[in-house]
Amino acid sequence: MTILYAVTIGVLFACGTYLVLRRSLVRLIIGLSLLTYAANLMIFTSGNLQQRGTPIAGETQPEAMADPLPQALILTAIVISFGVTAFTLALGYRASQAVGGDDLDAMQTTDQEELT
Amino acid sequence: MSPLIIAPILIPLITGFSALLKRRGRRRVAFALGMSANLIAAVLMMASTFDGTILVSQMGNHPMPFGISLVVDPLSAIMLLLTAVMAFLVGIFALATIDANRERFAFFPLFAFLIVGLNFAFLTGDLFSLYVAFEIMLMSSFVMVTLGGERGQLEGGIKYVTINLISSTIFVVAAGLTYTVAGTLNIAHLAIRFSELADPGVTLVLAGMFLIAFGIKAAIFPLFFWLPASYHTPPIAVTALFGGLLTKVGVYAMWRMLILVLPAATAVLQPLLIVISILTMIVGVLGAVAQMDVRRLLSFHVISQIGYLLMSLAIGTSEALSAGIFFMVHVILAKTALFLISGVVHEFEGSYHLKYLGGVTKRHPGAALMFFVAALALAGIPPFSGFWAKLLLLRAGIAAEQYLLVGVGFAVSLLTLYSMIKIWNEVYWKPNGKASNGAHASPLTKIERRAMIGAAAVMVALVFALGIAPEPVIELSNRAAADLFPTGTQQSGYVEAVVAASADIGGLSE
Repeated sequence: MTILYAVTIGVLFACGTYLVLRRSLVRLIIGLSLLTYAANLMIFTSGNLQQRGTPIAGETQPEAMADPLPQALILTAIVISFGVTAFTLALGYRASQAVGGDDLDAMQTTDQEELT
Repeated sequence: MSPLIIAPILIPLITGFSALLKRRGRRRVAFALGMSANLIAAVLMMASTFDGTILVSQMGNHPMPFGISLVVDPLSAIMLLLTAVMAFLVGIFALATIDANRERFAFFPLFAFLIVGLNFAFLTGDLFSLYVAFEIMLMSSFVMVTLGGERGQLEGGIKYVTINLISSTIFVVAAGLTYTVAGTLNIAHLAIRFSELADPGVTLVLAGMFLIAFGIKAAIFPLFFWLPASYHTPPIAVTALFGGLLTKVGVYAMWRMLILVLPAATAVLQPLLIVISILTMIVGVLGAVAQMDVRRLLSFHVISQIGYLLMSLAIGTSEALSAGIFFMVHVILAKTALFLISGVVHEFEGSYHLKYLGGVTKRHPGAALMFFVAALALAGIPPFSGFWAKLLLLRAGIAAEQYLLVGVGFAVSLLTLYSMIKIWNEVYWKPNGKASNGAHASPLTKIERRAMIGAAAVMVALVFALGIAPEPVIELSNRAAADLFPTGTQQSGYVEAVVAASADIGGLSE
């Protein structure tokens, strides 16, 4: 189970990085969300990948409890990445309208000298 | 425990929502009142921690590793007060200068939410809350950078958003790994756990990840390219706020994580930190010297100053950290003042470009005087604040026998002075620029003009005051720095305070 998770996380990170390095804006955004998926899965593994009891005090012995914290953390991270992805999509749309295409190499004017 | 401790989060949050009001007048009043209340809360916070007291509050009254700690040590109090002063003055500046269209699309609520994120980051004693605070701050800053939708803003925005999201991903992975290794996310608890944990490999990996994650946000070499590509694109009020505060939060987080939680790994990383610090200083200032746009020039200076702040981490002694904290106070005030002044000059002359400007000394001696004070303060000419900041930092470097760092610090100071003289010569001293005749038609009313000049003038006055009377701030920095270092067999003051507060409400039960 752990190996499966490790490979999945690795593949997600690799794909995410590859897509972020592409010239297309859409691929960049997909790559960014893949990276956050990988990060979320990574946190998931920190809670031990074993079947354990429901973490309710008084009902389950503390030794037999599953760790609920990583799931709470992931939930927070998912909500945040959802909002951020929505924003990047909107930003990407506006930027592609302003630049006239989704080529990231066309977006270099801010690094050049402006005479205003 | 004091209810005051939550005020710096609640006040801007409420301000943010009230600034969504429909009527323009009410919106503005709500925003102004909120930022004033935030300033008062920060002053009170500073007053109650000035003698070295550390305020701790456990959320939900749960003891330490289970409840989230909110901690105000002198370092947090300094950062909170700086943020509040900045938010107040830049807020006034923004009220005067932000155009109606940006205001209609919720500029002021975003401003307030940015302050929520900043204050939360300075207050929290929990690693994951720090991540959440960073996200609140980033999300507001993403929208503030791109609000207005000009082509440059969108292009700069994409770079800014992408690199910051990657940094956040690294941060959250590092936080997850920290939890796997230490089984806790409370910063004080982590410091205790890592001082017992004797696996140098794991802590080194974590320290490296935190260095990269916070390094991207702080714009250290070689992770800074997003900053000069995006910071000059939004309106100058936004640039001033970002250039003054946002990168500094990265440095603050580095101090917290690397000095307080992972000191052993940081000691191993020292040679790397020294190299990064040197290159950040040099590349930043050389980039600045080459620029012809005032905003881009100052943006590169932000990077160079981050190098100085990193120097305190690279030297790694309590003395150096204290100097770094003083430097932080100085550079936030001086850098914001310079951005605001360039905004004022733009208002008079209608340009940010060195070739197009000229003759400002003759037409607006007041603006020239303000620039003169702030620029000399940044370069480190006595008796201005930069002199004390650099003196303390270089003295700490000599005491720790880091002569290379000290030498580079001196040289970069000279280059800073050179680039400031370049602005002075081009904008203020030379008779006239290509386009400047002093007859720039501005949409601002007389009151708005006065408000923006007033905000810049108060900022300069603060820089000047810090240079004339640095003693209280130096003492405060000393106390703030001492709290992050363990003394003898005892844990650091920060950790002791959080443990004591948890013991009061039921103790550390595992």
